[in-house]
Amino acid sequence: MLKVQGIDVYYGGIHALRDLTFEIPAGKIVTLIGSNGAGKSTTLKAISNLVKCKGQILFEEENLLALPSEKIVGKGVIHVPEGRRIFTALTVEENLDMGSYLRKDKDGVAKDKEFVFKLFPRLKERAKQLGGTLSGGEQQMLAIGRALMSKPRLLMLDEPSMGLAPIVVQEIFSAIADLNKTTGLTVLLVEQNANIALQLADYAYVLETGSITIEGEAKALLTDDRVRKAYLGEA
Amino acid sequence: MTNLMTVLRNLIFYSVILFVAIQVLARFFDFASKKLIKVGGGKKKLLIAGVGVFALVLPLLLAGEPYILRTSVMVLLYIVLALSLNIVLGQAGQLSLGHSAFYALGAYTMAILTVSFGVNFWIALVAGGVVAGIFGFVLGIPTLRLKGDYLAIVTVGFGEILRLILINWGTFTRGPAGIPGIPSPSFFGMAVKGNTGYYYIILVMVIVTIIISKRLEDSRLGRGLAAVKDDEIAAESMGVNPANMKILAFVLGAVIAGFAGGFFASFVHYVNPDNFTYMESVTILTMVVLGGLGSIPGVIVGAVILAILPEALRDISTYRYAIYGILLAMMMIIRPQGMISLDSLKRRSAADENPRSIWNFKSFRRSNGR
Repeated sequence: MLKVQGIDVYYGGIHALRDLTFEIPAGKIVTLIGSNGAGKSTTLKAISNLVKCKGQILFEEENLLALPSEKIVGKGVIHVPEGRRIFTALTVEENLDMGSYLRKDKDGVAKDKEFVFKLFPRLKERAKQLGGTLSGGEQQMLAIGRALMSKPRLLMLDEPSMGLAPIVVQEIFSAIADLNKTTGLTVLLVEQNANIALQLADYAYVLETGSITIEGEAKALLTDDRVRKAYLGEA
Repeated sequence: MTNLMTVLRNLIFYSVILFVAIQVLARFFDFASKKLIKVGGGKKKLLIAGVGVFALVLPLLLAGEPYILRTSVMVLLYIVLALSLNIVLGQAGQLSLGHSAFYALGAYTMAILTVSFGVNFWIALVAGGVVAGIFGFVLGIPTLRLKGDYLAIVTVGFGEILRLILINWGTFTRGPAGIPGIPSPSFFGMAVKGNTGYYYIILVMVIVTIIISKRLEDSRLGRGLAAVKDDEIAAESMGVNPANMKILAFVLGAVIAGFAGGFFASFVHYVNPDNFTYMESVTILTMVVLGGLGSIPGVIVGAVILAILPEALRDISTYRYAIYGILLAMMMIIRPQGMISLDSLKRRSAADENPRSIWNFKSFRRSNGR
């Protein structure tokens, strides 16, 4: 579905992504793990065309680099940015409406809103509350819910577990697994919490200083010695 | 020395009065907005109709009071100006300190077209809006790269440059002497004479501006603006184009201010650069902030209060600017969110459905100014 082919990103003199190449097959959950500064978030930003980048990114054979960000959203490549970035001064429902900003099909939007409320019942309880008054976990649910309102075909999640209690992380990750199973949604998951990411994903790439060093079936990486040492905190 | 003591005593006295007035007004508006939110469709329409009828018959009630009627026209004019700035500042979140420049462009377009070229009032009015809109577009471009304080500086510069051009381009603007003799409009062959005619023209402009603001707030476009104001990156990841949104807000705000300027020029029959100083921009900005950033009823209330205040203070004119200053300082300390804030309206309506929310309690305390 998505092919990233040899992209380079520079921040000033810093070479953040070096000839990065990877692939996401349709219907799968693919995770990108790595430590701080490895280039995980930058990769997502490159796909959304939020940073300048050289190389080629093909989404169903169409080069995304030629498109402005809002057109990429229109294609169904939806980015849930790091730190959630929900609209704090808008209500939960208005936040969800923002997700459907580019859509014209009112019936579909209403149906999707129902779907999001079913997936995260807590958002329904808080529909009229301001986004800024939600807890961290609820905000993450809202950020994912908002992304689902844009009719995603590829959902890119940047560190959804960040700053959340383990039990909330469990809840959110099982919702992602559900989504993938029931709707066949393709997910690109960027995580620092390698353990939970590898348990959820089908396929995994390990990113180190801007390029892929290890890749394989996620379950296989869970038992890979190099991964266990570096990212799972085991001796 | 005794003189100084008197001044100090008076200032303290006025401060206490202002303090009480702000508290009373704040409570009144809190109470009123709480009640009004609950008012449903039919009653709401009745209320709007009531206000509308009052506005319509006001000139008849004030038949023997030209001074009050003239002040009413100025109040309505400031409502239009404050609402136009509110689109830029309250709805799109762009701090503009040069709003009087658009007002000036509208006024000078009216003055030059009608006086030097004999153009009809209505055509000149629309031309003023268009000219202001073009400059709004030009000023909107730097907003794509600048934020907050930096943008504010650019807009101050824009306003000052324009004022200096008005002063120095003598052949075209007649410099500091200004342009006198701007004619009154005619309406289907009837000359609009006196304040009453102007009153109805500006009343229509107020209504149109309120409708535009309201439609903008409730529309998809308005949601896009609110999103850009709240978080640009998130808005972009939802497919909003922040550049278009900001420029749109600037153009719309400028066009409306341009119309207001054209009206003003014709109303006072005379323009000069002193009408459009930086202080004028600050006055309009203050109305928006005092009333409640982004909230349409709030901005209207702010414009009414601050347009009437200088008139009400004429009797104690020595203290006028001191009181103005004290009011603003106090307002920012006691009630920074404005008289009727958008936030509290929203939060309160949410709180009604969720009475146990902790946030509720906080908002209650904050709206009481503690």
